[in-house]
Amino acid sequence: MKALAGTRTVLAPVALGVLALALWQALVVAFEIKPFLVPSPLGIGGAFVDTADHILDAAVQTGLNALIGLGIGAVTGILVAILANALRVLDRMLVPLVASLAVIPIVALAPIFYAMFGAAANTGRQLVAAVAVFVPMYLNTLQGLRQVEPVHRDLMRSYAATAEQVNRMLLLPGAVPYVLNGLKIGSSLAVISALIAEYFGGPANGLGIAITSSAAGSNYTVAWAYVLGAVLLGTLFYGVTAALEGWSRRRRRT
Amino acid sequence: MTDPRPAVRIASVDKIFRGRKGAEVHALSDVSLDVAPGEFVSLIGPSGCGKSTLMRLVADLDQLTAGEIEVFGKTPEQARKDQDYGIAFQQAGLLPWRTVRANIELPLEIHGVDARGRAARSDELLELIGLADFADHHPDQLSGGMKQRVAIARALAERPRLLLMDEPFGALDEITREHMQNELVALCKETGAAVIFVTHSIPEAVFLSDRVVVMSPRPGRIKDIVTLDFSARDEELREDSTFYDGVTAVRMLLHDGAADGARGVENR
Ligand SMILES: Nc1ncnc2c1ncn2[C@@H]1O[C@H](COP(=O)(O)OP(=O)(O)OP(=O)(O)O)[C@@H](O)[C@H]1O
Ligand SMILES: [Mg+2]
Repeated sequence: MKALAGTRTVLAPVALGVLALALWQALVVAFEIKPFLVPSPLGIGGAFVDTADHILDAAVQTGLNALIGLGIGAVTGILVAILANALRVLDRMLVPLVASLAVIPIVALAPIFYAMFGAAANTGRQLVAAVAVFVPMYLNTLQGLRQVEPVHRDLMRSYAATAEQVNRMLLLPGAVPYVLNGLKIGSSLAVISALIAEYFGGPANGLGIAITSSAAGSNYTVAWAYVLGAVLLGTLFYGVTAALEGWSRRRRRT
Repeated sequence: MTDPRPAVRIASVDKIFRGRKGAEVHALSDVSLDVAPGEFVSLIGPSGCGKSTLMRLVADLDQLTAGEIEVFGKTPEQARKDQDYGIAFQQAGLLPWRTVRANIELPLEIHGVDARGRAARSDELLELIGLADFADHHPDQLSGGMKQRVAIARALAERPRLLLMDEPFGALDEITREHMQNELVALCKETGAAVIFVTHSIPEAVFLSDRVVVMSPRPGRIKDIVTLDFSARDEELREDSTFYDGVTAVRMLLHDGAADGARGVENR
């Protein structure tokens, strides 16, 4: 029963996707739509296979930037959340900063970072991703740390546990589901931010650069193939972090 | 056991909760009570009469407004830091990501007992609560009664001379509850610990206690204390007339009546 339900949840979206692609292909062929307007799925697929090597190279570069940004953003987000949870003052000081980070498009910082670290380095892109990841990581972790049951707090106090022990044995393990949810949200943001940051300059490698240069060279079908690469990269990041979250949930059996 | 000092000395304690906008709750008023080493004392009374508050003051989980509390001759804070008491609540409060064994070992881990020492102690306690086969299970695989047994084992981990229990059997069905009471009696005999036990159940209080402290609300005070002097606390006692006399005495006090009709029960 469960396996059947599982295949059904996978099959349904796949079937819908195949149907949509078939319809798309049919419309492009039937109305002879020009590739610079909308290329056909088969055309994009062909370009994807032809440029697979380049797409992989670009995806590795963008993926690496996103991964480094995800790492930096996740670690700082968790650490700052632990500090903010311990020090109410810091928490209150951070509210406006986090609120502004949450509303401004963080890629807008890219040109500033390029100016700071030089346009030849990927540092700016990694930092843009890190700042984007920081926000959901910080907010989720803080929420998780505050989710303690009063009875657990009382127990730790009755044991005269130190602040470090309370964090390590109670608060952080309790916050794991929230942290992993933050990581899942952050993973997509990391890829998007690292990629869009490429539109603003920096070294000439990565998926974002490839998309803009292909489009500028009127290679629309190839540009779409790179977009497909970006979609796959984002899906990979999301899939891995979502799997991590699911694995952890099953292990905790909550 | 020969220690002449009381395990707990509560002298003229007041507790006032100050809410926002100046709202005040007078939770305890002029409460005095001594608990001897090894003595089992129950607190009973209507909801809101300050039973939990009194226990939390002894545990140094809340601060008193006036009066004095000593635990083994120390301040509650010092007693807490010295791990002089073990505590259990109505909610078992087990950490869901830890196994039964790791939950029992939590206080030992916090106080730097090495892995071997922890394992030896948790083995003993698992045996004691009859859950040796469940050592590696997680809390969500246990019944309510089993969880509560684990919570009690955890409270006993440091061999405290004082146990504080706030309705530990409150969420259990009647049969499990009586079973747990029997186990607690055996446990207390074995460990010789003094117990402050909060409950809503009159038979439970009477069955377990050397003394039942009956409290009244608004403000919370001690109304009267019923002393019980049973020779043995076993299944037969539950059918015994002296037990029913005790139950009647406590019930009369709770229902505002005097307990003078009860025989075999001493009222103070
Ligand atoms: N943290 C708190 N802040 C404000 N008021 C409180 C607080 N804790 C308890 N009180 C009040 O103190 C009084 C006594 O509460 P307490 O929890 O000790 O009662 P109780 O006898 O344990 O009741 P129950 O049998 O329902 O557990 C109540 O009126 C309650 O509202
Ligand atoms: Mg209570």
